[in-house]
Amino acid sequence: MTTPAIPDHVSRQLAATPRAQLVDMLYQMLLGRRYEEKCAEMYALQKIGGFCHLYIGQEAVAIGALSTLRPDDLVITAYREHVHALIKGCDPGRVMAELFGRRDGVSRGKGGSMHLFDKDKGMLGGHGIVGGHIPLATGTAFAAKYQQKDYVTLCFFGEAAVNIGTFHESLNMAALWKLPVIYIVENNRFGMGTAIERSSAIYDVAQRACAYDMANETVDGMDVLAIRDVIGRAVDLARRESLPTLIEARCYRFMGHSMSDPVHGHYRTKEEVEGQKQQDPIKQYFEYLKTAGLATQALLEELDRKARAVTEQAVQFAEASPEPSADELYQDVYAEPYGPYTRSEQ
Amino acid sequence: MALVTYRDALNQALREELRRDPAVFLMGEEVGVYQGAYKVSKGLLQEFGPQRIVDTPITEEGFSGVGVGAAMAGLRPIIEMMTWNFSLVAIDQIVNGAAKLLYMSGGQFKIPIVFRGPGGAAHQLAAQHSQSLEAWYASVPGLKVVAPSTPYDAKGLLKSAIRDDDPVIFMEGETLYGSKGEVPDEEYTIPIGVTDVKRQGTDVTVVAWSKMVTVALKAAETLAADGISCEVIDPRTIRPLDDGPILESVRKTNRCVILEEGWPYAGVGAQIAYQVQQAAFGDLDAPIARVTGLDVPMPYAKNLEHMVMPTPARLVAAVREVLYLD
Repeated sequence: MTTPAIPDHVSRQLAATPRAQLVDMLYQMLLGRRYEEKCAEMYALQKIGGFCHLYIGQEAVAIGALSTLRPDDLVITAYREHVHALIKGCDPGRVMAELFGRRDGVSRGKGGSMHLFDKDKGMLGGHGIVGGHIPLATGTAFAAKYQQKDYVTLCFFGEAAVNIGTFHESLNMAALWKLPVIYIVENNRFGMGTAIERSSAIYDVAQRACAYDMANETVDGMDVLAIRDVIGRAVDLARRESLPTLIEARCYRFMGHSMSDPVHGHYRTKEEVEGQKQQDPIKQYFEYLKTAGLATQALLEELDRKARAVTEQAVQFAEASPEPSADELYQDVYAEPYGPYTRSEQ
Repeated sequence: MALVTYRDALNQALREELRRDPAVFLMGEEVGVYQGAYKVSKGLLQEFGPQRIVDTPITEEGFSGVGVGAAMAGLRPIIEMMTWNFSLVAIDQIVNGAAKLLYMSGGQFKIPIVFRGPGGAAHQLAAQHSQSLEAWYASVPGLKVVAPSTPYDAKGLLKSAIRDDDPVIFMEGETLYGSKGEVPDEEYTIPIGVTDVKRQGTDVTVVAWSKMVTVALKAAETLAADGISCEVIDPRTIRPLDDGPILESVRKTNRCVILEEGWPYAGVGAQIAYQVQQAAFGDLDAPIARVTGLDVPMPYAKNLEHMVMPTPARLVAAVREVLYLD
């Protein structure tokens, strides 16, 4: 790979961010990649069931965005969220245990791949209905303002979600009421197998914000520092002025929509996927760091070994965790104890 | 004791709970400046201000979800549906959101939220504005469904709903708002999930809730004139259903009629009938009868609408049928 020219936003971020954090972001990207590769393996071994949507190729978005947050800020996402959960601070072992459907999972084995929750870490799920969680993010932002606190909410969803009503209802309320929320569209170009050109009357998703007079930006979703730059501004706007932003991060997933799909299928070509892989967000970020003299090949390899080890430990933890017991079946249906509703079920 | 309307009893409950707990807020269409489409929130904006009495755009799914999100973040929202008919555009937030989050987060996120508003038919509002949807919501584990019939029950149960840590579907009767009843001057609550006997009787058990209690009590008067004694049982809460007093009554009367404004197919009455026959089969001297709204979308024409709605006359006929009098 040739040495890339360093764009302004990269220079700005490299100068403004402590080296330890820059290196940690590289580690987080490697962890996200190795973790998801391991998930694919565990899915093939039927250790993970149900729907399983991998984040490979899109790592820059979550890692760049979450690098701008305080621990008390909130993250809420759609169902491609393993990496968001890890980076928000969820224990990798407990996330893997959740994917395995085990008692020590972050959601006690009741949620699975699509429903990773960790209240203490500000990870508010993991939601499976496209667009369904966008009003929830609007609600946590409403609560922040109501409570006169300055935490912000990051809400992640795919570009296909911008065609459902909740998106518009939420943006309208957030702009009307000036709520501290950042809506991040992870535009990986395909809603399952439907390309954005075939689903959206407007190609530039960020323009949707104009209808609500909301701040908006489009950003290269394969460039972690570009994301950090843009989301950092949006977080400032939310925290200081209680204003929402819509961000469109243009990225690409290197895997199929879910584990039950092939990598390219009928809706995109193998050549397209291979071409996109040349823009690998991890490689690109590493090259920036190397060019700036902040990372070496040896460091990359060391971080990668650590990511693989943490992933392996997560699998071991999940394997060792027991399945939920039968008496947990009726637990947490309601806040108070609850049992079968008729005698015939007892 | 003061004689208070159902509407004012609800207003008192809202006001008292808003005063008691700053985490409680009311959100919905026309709840503030307009003072409530049915005036249930009258005066609340003036006392609590626009931060806590929040007028929304017409965006039921959006503001229902805002309520659920606010509950995740520690608030106790009351979301007003102008009528329950409009909740059908918000049902994803209620069923996939509010009802699921505690369970699928492994117990981490309680959702202490009340969705409230009027349900059922009023007068000639036609098919889209006349529905009783308690069976829809009562089928969902994770939701509680309350449908009070009197001002006393409405106030006491709404206060409990607001204090409850689970999502509560609170269905008010649109034609009950002006009805009057005695409400204590001092503070009280009524626990969710406790059935009430509205009239004692010995010959037949009639189960009814919300405004059907009024229909049942009228029919009971008519039947009493013929020497037939009806026990009218009001579960008040559809889910969780306190079936103990219903079964106790059936064991005494050996006959049961279930009265319901909603549709017959997969209605709440079908569930109650199942539970009664399962627990008290040997005590029944006749098959359980149901009187329900007819199995059609609500027509506009006055005469047709009247045919759809359960009436005291239809209940009287059903009671006579289970007593083998006709």
